[in-house]
Amino acid sequence: MKAFTYQRASTAAEAAAIVAARPDARFIAGGTNLLDLMKPQIETPGHLVDINKLGLDRIEATPSGGLRIGALVCNTDLAADVRVRRDYGVLSRALLAGASGQLRNKATTAGNLLQRTRCPYFYDSNQPCNRRQPGSGCSAIGGVTRSMGVIGTSDACIATHPSDMAVAMRVLDAEVETVRSDGRTRRIPIVDFHRLPHKTPHVETALEHGELVTAVTLPAPIGGVHSYHKVRDRASYAFALVSVAAVVQADGRGRVAFGGVAPKPWRSEGAEARMPEGASAVIASAFAGARPTPDNAFKVRLAERTLGAILSSSKEAA
Amino acid sequence: MNEVPKISRRDLMVATAVTASASSLLPSESDAATTPNTQAPAAATGAVVPTAEVVLDVNGRKHALRLDTRTTLLDALREHLHLTGTKKGCDHGQCGACTVLVDGRRINSCLSLAVMHSGDSITTIEGLGTPDHMHPLQAAFVKHDGYQCGYCTPGQICSAVGMLHELRRGVPSHVSPDIVAKPLLSIDELRERMSGNICRCGAYSNIVEAISEVAGSVA
Repeated sequence: MKAFTYQRASTAAEAAAIVAARPDARFIAGGTNLLDLMKPQIETPGHLVDINKLGLDRIEATPSGGLRIGALVCNTDLAADVRVRRDYGVLSRALLAGASGQLRNKATTAGNLLQRTRCPYFYDSNQPCNRRQPGSGCSAIGGVTRSMGVIGTSDACIATHPSDMAVAMRVLDAEVETVRSDGRTRRIPIVDFHRLPHKTPHVETALEHGELVTAVTLPAPIGGVHSYHKVRDRASYAFALVSVAAVVQADGRGRVAFGGVAPKPWRSEGAEARMPEGASAVIASAFAGARPTPDNAFKVRLAERTLGAILSSSKEAA
Repeated sequence: MNEVPKISRRDLMVATAVTASASSLLPSESDAATTPNTQAPAAATGAVVPTAEVVLDVNGRKHALRLDTRTTLLDALREHLHLTGTKKGCDHGQCGACTVLVDGRRINSCLSLAVMHSGDSITTIEGLGTPDHMHPLQAAFVKHDGYQCGYCTPGQICSAVGMLHELRRGVPSHVSPDIVAKPLLSIDELRERMSGNICRCGAYSNIVEAISEVAGSVA
């Protein structure tokens, strides 16, 4: 680990100002991803600003009937919140499908959104990686691609976003609230929060340097049957090969987003409109333009079958 | 008669390591004498290693430490407080051997900085029980032979304590059939909730029996 200085911030605006003033400064909250990446010097901050004492750890009802989830609410507490379990089951399910009990006790809501890819070439600093070192090349292209993305990828990067939670947030039309160094706040729709790699895969989110996520808001509940199905190489504690987050209404209409297939949670509102026609129609539309490799082409069929299973069970549950 | 000194396996290994390092230092004894061995490697190159003060409350005792900011909670416990019950396995949050309880919640101590734990109440395996007064889970692991080599055991036990607390709080899991209902104890629930603790010896069936016995009496 590269040496760094450390300080605790007392307000969100102060934290943002400190980090904005230093290009090598980073926020730290749960630390479960950042420290893991600092050990092999994939992340090398010179200054860490601890944001754990900012009071951003509450879940509150919003005037519009939704929820405002503080950036520092840990994954365990968010998954266990009675309102989330009752009204946003897809989110609770997605959180519980990720990581381990220990990690969920530290990992935060904002940190989950901001976690880096688990592409093995990103982790191997002996290999070129455009996401880790811009312009160095992509070792995954032409490499072992079974876990890589099949859509939304580019010639610069084919890695996936690893989050389960973010896939559910995308289905729920969440918004990300931030504060910048000058104290200005803004709300970023989750669809715009994560960026596709294009030619600059190292630019992963819409955040400016020093911009701090303070909360994630959910609109009022939309009802329906909530599901999160995650397919992985072992029954627990593994990243998704494919995951499907869905909210299906009694009339067969609904929303769906996919994880494990793209550099961001993958949702197509046009494809959703075809949900009453069945899984094949949705997948044909959502994955139009997919560029799978021979090693990961199975992900498209797996997504179709997983969605098919959800649609069948949702019909029974409705 | 009873005065035969007891040498633990760990004491023996420490003694061996000291002998080995002492002999390797012999050719450059003068260098060794002028270079304080408590400093971080960067100190030798003239760079100042950032440090910070922290008071760690571990098993009910407060310890004031000045630490290299890079020190993980795990390394602070083992290398600075010499509480070596907590184990370093993968050092990347994947194996669970380093699991401790912070304010009653289980976490991976390898993925947390010590300086971030000022004011927290930390419980390690040493704080759960002693050989004479074992925690019920420690006793159950002994009774059910919930280990072979024992390396993952402190993490398994700390994790199980935290896990049973989560169950009592009503935290659902990936395998809970009804996510709104209060979760019920089952073997499937237990296995899912303990999936962050790897046992390379594969003592899982006995671990499940040990935890089930205690869980059955408190759930």
